[in-house]
Parts: sequence; C-alpha cells; structure tokens
Amino acid sequence: MEIKVLKNILSANEQIAERNRRLLDSKGVFAINLMSSPGAGKTSLILETIKRLKGKVRIGVIEGDVSSSLDAEKISEKKVPVIQINTGGECHLDANMTSRALDNLPLEDIELLLIENVGNLICTAEFELGEHKKVLILSVPEGDDKPYKYPLMFHIADVVLINKIDLLPYLKFDIEGFSKAVRGINQKVEIFPISCTTYQGIKEWVSWVMANMRPSAPEALT
Amino acid sequence: MISLKMHELSITQSMLDLVLEEAKKVGAGRVVKVNLVIGEMSGIVDECVEFYFEFLSQDTIAHGATLSFKKTPTQARCRHCGELFIPKEFDWSCPRCQDSSMEIVTGNELYVESIEVE
Repeated sequence: MEIKVLKNILSANEQIAERNRRLLDSKGVFAINLMSSPGAGKTSLILETIKRLKGKVRIGVIEGDVSSSLDAEKISEKKVPVIQINTGGECHLDANMTSRALDNLPLEDIELLLIENVGNLICTAEFELGEHKKVLILSVPEGDDKPYKYPLMFHIADVVLINKIDLLPYLKFDIEGFSKAVRGINQKVEIFPISCTTYQGIKEWVSWVMANMRPSAPEALT
Repeated sequence: MISLKMHELSITQSMLDLVLEEAKKVGAGRVVKVNLVIGEMSGIVDECVEFYFEFLSQDTIAHGATLSFKKTPTQARCRHCGELFIPKEFDWSCPRCQDSSMEIVTGNELYVESIEVE
C-alpha cells in the first residue's frame, strides 16, 4: 500500500522554529541568524555590533560551535548574556538546540539576539531557527564565485555582508560581479561591504539592524 | 568530509521520524519503501542517507526499507523574458536574453513524497 506523504523532511524543525519565533515575538526580541564559512568574521562582527550598540540596545548572543567555548568567552567579556551551544559534531544549529538556548537566556532583558551559527555554507541554509532575519557574511579571501557554489545560501539570505574589504587591493575579488550574481538569485537581498578591521560599512550595518529591529521608529545613530 | 556526513545524519533522522509517524497513522506493520524528492541544491549525498538510514532505523518497522531518490535539477526562470533554464556552473544568467535576475523554480526540494507499507 502506497501512502502519499508530501511533507518536508525538516517540517518538525520548522514547527519548533515557529514556536521559537512566537516566543521571541512575545518577549519583543529581534533575532538574527548569522551564517558564514569558518573565519569569515561572524564573531568579529558580533563584537563590533555590541561595541556600537552597547547602552542603546540590550543584546544577547547564542554561540554555535562544533566544540569549544572560545567565542562565547570573548563575548562574555563584553558583559552581555551569552549561551554557548556545542553541537557535538553537527555542522549547523537547529531549532531544537536554539529552543534550549532560549530557555537559558534572560529574554525579558534582551531586545536584539545575535545567533552565531556554525561556520558552514551548506546545511545552515536548510535549518530555520526561529530568527527574524538571515544574515550571511562572505569574506573577500573566500572568492567571488561563492554565489554559484552555494546558491541556496545566497538565495535565502536577507542581508549579505561582504567582509574584509580592506583586503580588496591585494586580492582578485570582483565586488560588482559578485553583487550582481547575488542579486540575480535573490531580489530582496541587501548587500553591505564592510571591514571589521577598518570599520568601513559598520555604521551602515548597525543602522540596518536598528531600522529592522524597530521598524516603526528607526533611531538615528551618531 | 565529516561535516557533509553530519548534515545527512540529522536529515536522515528527521526523515525517519516523519516516515515512522506516517506509518503509525495507518497502523502499518512494516515500511517497504520510502520515496524521496531531493533537490540538487541541497547537496545531499544519497549513499550517506542510505548508510545512516540503515543504522538509525534498526529496531523500527522501517528497517530494511528501500530508499528511492528522485533528484530534481536546479532550474531557474528568467524574470525578464520568462525562459526556463538549467544554470551553468559559474554563469547563472539567462541563456536567451543574458539577464541575471531569476527565480529559482526547482532544486531546493527536500521532502518525502510517499511511503509504501505493509
């Protein structure tokens, strides 16, 4: 006997993600899922974002790593609530891991939740966490061909940050061609060239965060 | 390639959970076959899924079931002229009008189409 199923394999994950999103909404938390290859600059971006928004926005962080708590230690030095998830070999965060982290965060005291996913451009794209926006960081040394190699990732991103643009003079990276390729497969995407070393573009990124977490009253940043 | 394998591990576990749930709904005694539809963009390696399925399904009514993989190619539709095409590896522009804005039509599927039970 054949039974029609027609159900997404990850539908259970999506249900938990939806539950996470409702919980975050009820607490007034705006959540960003940060994805990239290892070493593209997720932790640096989080540290820089905390530096710019400290005192203006109450921030919390979830750190996803296969193992170790190095990144979480760097962030807790900034005196913001941080939960480390060690995935124990899994190459992505999923909604259930996120849910357990949310249970251990003081959500009442958080307005902006930055979720650092495991460094990976493949399967992190498949797993919804319950975030409001997906932000993908691609750093200049990785090369400008990545939208063609990881189309799904570039297709689902709300924002693409091109990091390490201070290295553009030393590397072959066609920023216009790259941006055109990304926009080709993703019409809604916003692209910001940034550098966490020279701070180029960081102000624009932080303004985007502020405008999206409080869409009714975007605050001017100084 | 450990990260790729781990990717298949959690996907296989989710797929098995879904299959067992559906089989239970109809009071099936055994799952004989699982028909999957997997888009090319998801980067799933069939052999990995089979390997994990064999391991994870032990002591369940799905153990020994055949997995059938229907792979859907990545297909795009040009937003300018409507041409339906399979993008080239490093060139996703429309082969007819060269416009680079497209809608992805197929290639990101990841679902269980049906199961065969006894």
